[in-house]
Order: sequence, then C-alpha cells, then structure tokens
Amino acid sequence: MTDDAQRVSMTRPLDRSDERVKHTDTFGNMFSAFVDRVRSGDLGSLPVVVGLIVICTAFESLNPVFLAPNNLVNLLFDCSTVGVISLGIVCILMVGEIDLSVGSVSGFASALVGVLWVGQDWPVAVAIVTALVLGAAIGALYAFLFNRLGMPSFVSTLAGLLGWLGLQLYLLGSSGSINLPYGSPLVNFGQMLVMPPIVSYVLAAVASLVMFVTSYRTALRRRQAGLSASSLGRMVLKALLVTVMLEFVVYYLNLGRGIPWMFGLFVGLCVVMNYALTRTKWGRSMSAVGGNREAARRAGINVRRVYLTAFVLCSTLAAAGGILAAARLASSSQQAGTGDVNLNAIAAAVIGGTSLFGGRGSAYSALLGVIVIQSIASGLTLLDLSSSLRYMITGAVLAIAVIVDSLARRSRLSHGRA
Amino acid sequence: MTMISDVDHPEGGPRKPVLSLRGISKHFGAVSALTNVDLDVHTGEVVALVGDNGAGKSTLVKILAGVHQPSSGTIAFGGEPVVLSDPSTALGLGIATVFQDLALCENLDVVANIFLGRELNPMRLDEVSMELRAWTLLNELSARIPSVREPVASLSGGQRQTVAIARSLLTEPKLILLDEPTAALGVAQTAEVLDLVERVRARGLGVIMISHNMEDVRAVADRIVVLRLGRNNGEFEPDASNQDLVTAITGADENSVSRRASRRRAHQSPELGR
Repeated sequence: MTDDAQRVSMTRPLDRSDERVKHTDTFGNMFSAFVDRVRSGDLGSLPVVVGLIVICTAFESLNPVFLAPNNLVNLLFDCSTVGVISLGIVCILMVGEIDLSVGSVSGFASALVGVLWVGQDWPVAVAIVTALVLGAAIGALYAFLFNRLGMPSFVSTLAGLLGWLGLQLYLLGSSGSINLPYGSPLVNFGQMLVMPPIVSYVLAAVASLVMFVTSYRTALRRRQAGLSASSLGRMVLKALLVTVMLEFVVYYLNLGRGIPWMFGLFVGLCVVMNYALTRTKWGRSMSAVGGNREAARRAGINVRRVYLTAFVLCSTLAAAGGILAAARLASSSQQAGTGDVNLNAIAAAVIGGTSLFGGRGSAYSALLGVIVIQSIASGLTLLDLSSSLRYMITGAVLAIAVIVDSLARRSRLSHGRA
Repeated sequence: MTMISDVDHPEGGPRKPVLSLRGISKHFGAVSALTNVDLDVHTGEVVALVGDNGAGKSTLVKILAGVHQPSSGTIAFGGEPVVLSDPSTALGLGIATVFQDLALCENLDVVANIFLGRELNPMRLDEVSMELRAWTLLNELSARIPSVREPVASLSGGQRQTVAIARSLLTEPKLILLDEPTAALGVAQTAEVLDLVERVRARGLGVIMISHNMEDVRAVADRIVVLRLGRNNGEFEPDASNQDLVTAITGADENSVSRRASRRRAHQSPELGR
C-alpha cells in the first residue's frame, strides 16, 4: 500500500494526489469551477462586472456623454478621493469592525490643510503631514477605546462622526470655507495633472509584465517543490489578455485628457495594500482576527496590535482622502466629507466584495467598488437629477450590495466556504 | 502497526518523564480547583486525564498551556523546572495544545491555519515552503485532506481536528495536550482521531488526552489518571474495570454502573467477571 502511495505521489504533484478533489486544468473545467464557485456564494468581482455593465448601458442610452473619454477621466479624478477613503474601510472591515467617521475625518483633514496652509502660511507639505498624523492619532484613539475600554467601534466612531465634524466647523470658523490657491501643486494634482501618454502606456505594460514574471516564478518554484502549478501557456494567455485590456483602457482615456496622476496614486496604494494584505504576516493576522478573534489570540497573534493598525490605517487613509478631495475642489469647506462621502466609501468596499462580517476582502474591492459608485453618481449628475433622487438611488444601490453580501455569506456558510 | 508497538513498550532503562508536576494547586478566590496534583508524562506515552465535570481537568490543561498560573507547586519539563507564564512560553518550550473548540479560522485555508502566527518569511510569505510543510505534516498523520488551499469551513469535523493536531505538531513539540479531542465527532471521525493519537505517540511524543469517553480512553491510553474534586484519585491501567474507574471518578461505590455490573456478575458465571 505504501508502494502504491509512493508511486502516486511520484507521478502526481503532492497536492493532487487526492482523487476526490476536482482540479481545473482545462478551460472547460475552469469555467465550470467558476460557475460552482459563484453558485456557492463566492462571488468575487462578479457583482461589480455585472453592475458596471448595467450602469454603462443604462446611462449611455440615456446620455451618450457618459462613456466619452473626458467624462471617464473626470470620473477617475472623483474616484481617487473616495477610493482612498474606501481603501481604509477595507482595512477596518477585514478585522470585522467599522469606522463610520471616515467622512468627518476626511472633512477635518481637508479643513486642517486649508487652515494651516492658506490661513497660517505653513508649507503645504507640513500641513499635509500634520493632517495625516492627526488622522493616525484619531485611529489610535478609536483603537484605545476599543482595545482597552471595550467600546464597540460602531459607537465610538459614531461619536467621532459628530465630534470631528464639529472640529471641522470650528476650524473653518465663520467664513465657512477656505479657497486653496489655483495653480498650486496640490490643486494641480487634484484637478489637472495627467500622465503623459507614453508614461501611461509603459506603466500598463510594466504592470502586466510584473504580473507575468511573478506568476511565472511562483509556478517554477511550485513545480520544483513537487506541487501543482499553472501551465506556461495559461500564464502567457492571461498576461496577454491583461495587457490588451489595460492598453485599450489607457488608449481610450488618452483620447481624452489622459490618466490622472491622482488616480495613479490611488491604484498604487491599492497595489501596496493588496501586497500587504495577501503576502505578509500582518495581512494574514488581519484576516485571522476578522475570521476568528479568539483563535488568532490563541495562535499567539497580538490581537490588540492588529486592531490598532487597522484603525490607524483606516483613519489615516480617510485623512489622505480628505486632502485629495480638498485638492480636487480647490477648497476646504464645511461641506467637505459630509453628505454621502461616508456611505459611498463604505458602500464601495462592500460592493467590491469586502464582507461587512470580517475576514474576507481585498484591496482591489475599493478600486472596483468606487468605480461603480462614482459611475452611478456621475451618470445621475449627467442626467441632471436632483440630490434627492441621487441619494435615494445611491441608498438603494448600497442596500442591494449589502443584501448580495449577506445572501452570498449565507450561501458560503451552507456550502462550507466560510 | 509494528512501529507503534515498539514505541509502546520501550525496553531497558527507567523512562524519564518529559513532564512532571508536583503538588500543583490552583485557587480561584475561595475555590480550590486543584489541590496537590501530581502528574508524570513520559515520551511516547498517552496519558488519559479523566474526571467528572469540575474535577479540574481543564484547569490543569490551561496551566500546562500557560493560560493560568498555578498557585503553588512545581512543573518540570524535560527534567528542568519551568515557569509557564504565558501561552507563547509554553509553545516555545514544546508544549502544544489542541483546544476543545480547535481554535481554527474558518475563513483561512488549511496552510494559513497551520502556520497561523508562525508564518515563514513575514514580509514576503513563503507560500510554497509552507504548503510543502503542511502536506508533509498532514501526510505524516495520514490525514485525508483533499486540498490544503480550501478554507477550513469546507472540512468535516474530523478533518478539522486533524488540521488542529497538525498545527500543534508544526513546532516540533515534545508534549501535546488534547482537550476532548473526540467530543464533537461521529463514529468514523472518532476512529480517525484515535488513530491520529496513536501515530503521534509513534513519533515519540508525550500526549495528555482529556476525555469523558471511556471507550476512547481505553482504546489509546497507556495510563489513566483520575482527578476528583481537584485531587489525584488514582491511576489505572487501560484494562481496569469500568466499575473501578467510575468509582474513582465519582467517588461513589453505589451507582447505576456498579449496580448493573454486580447484577450482571450475579447472573453470569463468575469467571467472566474481572
């Protein structure tokens, strides 16, 4: 019997020796595996793709400007501000907590930059760093309340929502808003700066090349170690597909003004966050704490520190998003960070596939989700609908996203996918 | 199978205990959960810790896992006196615990669970080496896990138990504590876990197993240690009679098991009784 087992393990990779597991080696298999996954509630980015197709067809048929290159470029500018906030929300949702004050924190940061930079004549870099540091301090405060006093994050951040809004109004004083100087680097960054076409083409090519090289090296190592690995042909095909898609998007946007550097910054942050969440011990701890806090504690993970990093990252990114929003609008106003900013940021993360229940999520869900949310906002603005309707429609979309998340979670539980 | 029986009955020389507790007491306020408990575990030995609810079994395991500190008494591990001040100290010494609720993260896959908190290469996780090591561990336990890249949620109770045991073996421990390893399992899975315990013993590790199930205890234990109301209440060979065990556990001669046994003895011919 042992001889038999050895022969099997010699001919088959180590992780393929159990015949009960279906493996996806051919394209037909891949498709049926995908269908199986979706049916069991592991939706991945499917809701986003479906949502985007629906949104694009609907708005494009109502107003052909919607898909025009320049409208999409504007869309990307708008995406970046909320997207950065949403990236922080992904962090906090990963550990199964919530931050309801990201809108207020972003408004506070934008007001602070306005006051320090324009009002007090501080160098803009110092003003930005100060705002980021205070954002981090806010997160540390939440973490303290959560870790040491056992205050539910829902409540502490709800208190923060009001508190930081008050601080924002106090900072701005009676004038109510501070205009940031046009032509300054920060405002240019938020409104004008786009990548030269050649840079954007090269970046897209480099991105797919890096993707290919990493997967190739992983496959090589796995094969050397006697584990199964995807075939070279499949990797080349995938890399080619990604390259063509990326280059087409870049080409289309370059028909308009081009790709905003601000969006580049946002995507860069997403890539870094994705690496941190999936490829580092810290990211593993985040998922573990979100999935089963007690198990993580018994495995020797410093659970409090994980919560601290999650809260601090969330608030810091919220502050960063607020600064970008101020740059985008060229002003720090009382309205910054109010209204739908909070919900848009949370909705974007959830629509993108990060679970509200903790332990499941990806940095790219912020990117995908915010594109959906901003497409809706942009489409409704183009239709010249009033805010009342916009709020109602966005609210409905958020509700649908959360329903999809809950149903998918229930289905995952019954299909044993957690 | 021959391999196991070799380790089962080692020949020559007095065996050194890997763990020895002397006079361990633990008070929670006015309550004495443990009083003067002694316990020895040797390499390649499965010691079953049995006792009624509230006998102090779990308290003893928590002391050994570093969760609680004893109020008095000494712990010697590998001949050296040690202080188990927190769970990581216990882990570092080579005492691994499989908790009753297994403490797995259902959203993570098998590899991530086995390496949780002890990932290789923290800044750039070495997934290939971790997966390889996970397969090695699982194969050593003859585990039947279809894929280590599926989330633990998709595994059965017995498979999860296997993963939890594999995780405890990762750090090359010298002693494994199993708290009710079969409590939640069906017949087939129970057999699988008991098989695992035998294989763990075959690797030369000391095992402390808590169980309420006398069948399981008899099946794998080399020695049965009874706790009653926080005190040692006898040590038994696995072939000790049920009546003796129940008496030691409950402290009562008169109970349904003993009555039934005596009735049966009265009915049957005397040579069948123990």
